[in-house]
Amino acid sequence: MTTTGPLAGAIALTRFGLGARAGDIAAASADPRGWLLSQIRPQGADIPLSDGQGSAERLNDFRQLQQARRQARKSGEAADAIKAALKTARAQAGADFLARARLGATTDAGFRERWALFFANHFTVSAVKGVTAPLIGPFEAEAIRPHVFGRFEDLLLASTQHPAMLLYLDQAQSFGPDSPLARRAQARSGKRVGLDENLAREIMELHTVGLEAGYSQADVTEFARALTGWSIGGLMESPDRAGHFVFRPFGHEPGARHIMGRTYAQGGEDQARAVLKDLAASPHTAHHLAFEIAAHFVADAPPPSLTAKLARRYAETGGDLAEVAQALVDAPEAWAPPPVKFKQPYEFMVSSWRAAGVVPDDVGKIAPALTALGQPPFSAPSPKGWSEDAAVWAAPDAIVKRMAWSEALAAAAAGQSDPMQLADNALGPRLTSAAAKAISRAETRAEGLSILLMSPEFQRR
Amino acid sequence: MSPAPTRRGALAGAAALGFSIDFLGRRAFAASERELAKKRLVVVICRGGLDGLSLSPPFGDPAYAALRGAIAIPPPGADGGALDLDGTFGLHPALAATHALAVKGEARIAPAVATPDRERSHFEAQDVLESGGPVVYGTASGWLNRTLEAMGPAGKGISIGATAPLILRGRIEAATWSPGGAAARDARLPAILQDLYAHDPLLGPALASGLATSAEAGMATAAAGKDLAGAPALAPGPSVARRLGATLAAFMAADGGPQIAAASLDGFDTHANQGAASGQLANRIAYLDAFLEGLSANLGPAWADTVVLAATEFGRTARVNGASGTDHGTGSTALLLGGALKRGGIVGDWPTLAQNRLFENRDTWPALDMRSLFKGVLRDHLGLDRRALDTAVFPSSAAAAPLSGLV
Repeated sequence: MTTTGPLAGAIALTRFGLGARAGDIAAASADPRGWLLSQIRPQGADIPLSDGQGSAERLNDFRQLQQARRQARKSGEAADAIKAALKTARAQAGADFLARARLGATTDAGFRERWALFFANHFTVSAVKGVTAPLIGPFEAEAIRPHVFGRFEDLLLASTQHPAMLLYLDQAQSFGPDSPLARRAQARSGKRVGLDENLAREIMELHTVGLEAGYSQADVTEFARALTGWSIGGLMESPDRAGHFVFRPFGHEPGARHIMGRTYAQGGEDQARAVLKDLAASPHTAHHLAFEIAAHFVADAPPPSLTAKLARRYAETGGDLAEVAQALVDAPEAWAPPPVKFKQPYEFMVSSWRAAGVVPDDVGKIAPALTALGQPPFSAPSPKGWSEDAAVWAAPDAIVKRMAWSEALAAAAAGQSDPMQLADNALGPRLTSAAAKAISRAETRAEGLSILLMSPEFQRR
Repeated sequence: MSPAPTRRGALAGAAALGFSIDFLGRRAFAASERELAKKRLVVVICRGGLDGLSLSPPFGDPAYAALRGAIAIPPPGADGGALDLDGTFGLHPALAATHALAVKGEARIAPAVATPDRERSHFEAQDVLESGGPVVYGTASGWLNRTLEAMGPAGKGISIGATAPLILRGRIEAATWSPGGAAARDARLPAILQDLYAHDPLLGPALASGLATSAEAGMATAAAGKDLAGAPALAPGPSVARRLGATLAAFMAADGGPQIAAASLDGFDTHANQGAASGQLANRIAYLDAFLEGLSANLGPAWADTVVLAATEFGRTARVNGASGTDHGTGSTALLLGGALKRGGIVGDWPTLAQNRLFENRDTWPALDMRSLFKGVLRDHLGLDRRALDTAVFPSSAAAAPLSGLV
């Protein structure tokens, strides 16, 4: 196996990165490994250029809107203003998604962007809850992207404390059943306030150790108790708290917690922090994350030797994600020539834009197309995120719709470009003779580009 | 439309040459082939862990109201009350269409079913529910796909939604369909791609099946439109779900249409503010009801030969949690519908919600193995034999005997 030359350059661009634009493969071929390593940097991934609003601002706006809606309902006023504001929230999410898509279509550092997308999916927040939709862009910008080449422990903490995650997995409403807050609510109004174990469970199962760690229901419940009080500042609180992560000591379940064989003394906010730290340091987390990285970058069922290498580097470096990224680039298993990863719809679209040399400018066109292909923007069906399983994405209906989308893109973008040149730019030596022959026989430039985008080697990476 | 180069086609060829296909565990010979060919089965997967205690509230259970607090569905007659089934159980008030079928003896509930999985993980439990394996990640294909194999060359399957659910994935290429046009403008492109995919085991069969289905969809939706034209105006509400159900019905009612279909509805993971007669969960249940109504109302005479099963990966905690929701649990309710159903009471035993009968002091007791329910329908409705059910369709499941008396 070689890691220099045009084939390795093409692999670096298409498998590690988001696809090749004209000239990309030639530029990376001299030193594909170095091209990848140069994208790893301590300050993290690029931040898509959106309207610059942070999550607190967006959340406070949304809550004000909810209040206004309640008042309008009471007074029976026409709700035009509210409709307009709801539309704004949707438009914000759309603008964030478009900004990310434009970054994908234009970046010189496709590996860095794919690495960020991987972790955004690992810590999925989905727009299936209305309130989370305008927060996902800020969540990625504030909690994920700055930390993707730092320590996993810091990334985990940033994700867990982010209002988007606290809302998505219901943590903001979870309080200790024996906390002063719950007792007071019970005494005053008979209202039951208590535990919600959603976030605790998904952190253990999806974000860190995974089910194979063999924890029990009791561990989940205990962790949920430790997390009580991790909440979000309300609209009436001071500006540094409103819409931000806050710890509410009165909502925290008193007492020590016992989780996976360890005891955590009562310690307010620090109690759950200590649990997160231990979860991040667990060898189960090293293995779980290593497997997921290998499955995303290399193969649905990755070589166990690759998973072992990544897990080892994670363990040796205390979860340093820059080191893990380097271990991935260093692993011969990651450079096997056959393209075996079937592209998810978003990857397919981004790589198509790059191949065709276009930059998307209308989320109103992207969103319905992605939805038709099975991957609605910012809307993974569950906290597990999008699947790495080719069989999920290569459904008959989805393939027909990929074909229709390719035709539409090709009709708009083929222009005067030579499809054979586009194919060489996009795939380099990965282009097979069968696909090259079909493209060269195309009746129109648009047909040639459609064939390229739908070729087995372009559908994979 | 030329037949896709699938296993099905290969088997048909083999049969024509006189090769034996008994190794597939074909249906029992006793029932007549023509009768069996008319049978239809639809499986609806409700993803996220559907709260059985809200879907079919056991309002007559002495412990129900206290465990559930503000999210309890009130007894029939009360404001927002359950729709009565038998004086103990009711249906959620958003299940009006399903209830109308139940009154006719065409809908029943199995109130305490569960898969063999006890981990309370969505993803493991869905895997076990759809793969039909005895343990998680034990098999990479779905039990409906293996049912198609067992049915022999005539079996056709379809799933609704852009992506293929595990339950219908496997060796037999099943169709998928989702709303939205996909008409190709370049008539050459599909043929060029089919050539290019000739040796691609993933894309070749998928494209062939997708092209065939989108051609059928044009005909099917046209047919559905014709049938609906003379029908009374559709009730307002989740009209999208109703249309989806109607389109699936049109596919299945067509001559030579798929006998087996799978559909997924999600959004049932109600950890917080799940609501009672109205609210978050009620909206999702209304969507389910509308889908089922669209399906049952448009199958025409085929409804009499149809069984619909709606099931979820697990139920939810018996007690309301601190956020007016419920957490991951164990036993839940499966719905059975269809003109082929036998009239009867609840399916399986009711363990009650007494404190000492709650599973791990928190969940509805898993009184009935989901596989027994599925196997009962597959044996008595589709004519699959016991050996195929115990080994091929639901591997290592001999201990979960098929349930009798459903159809």
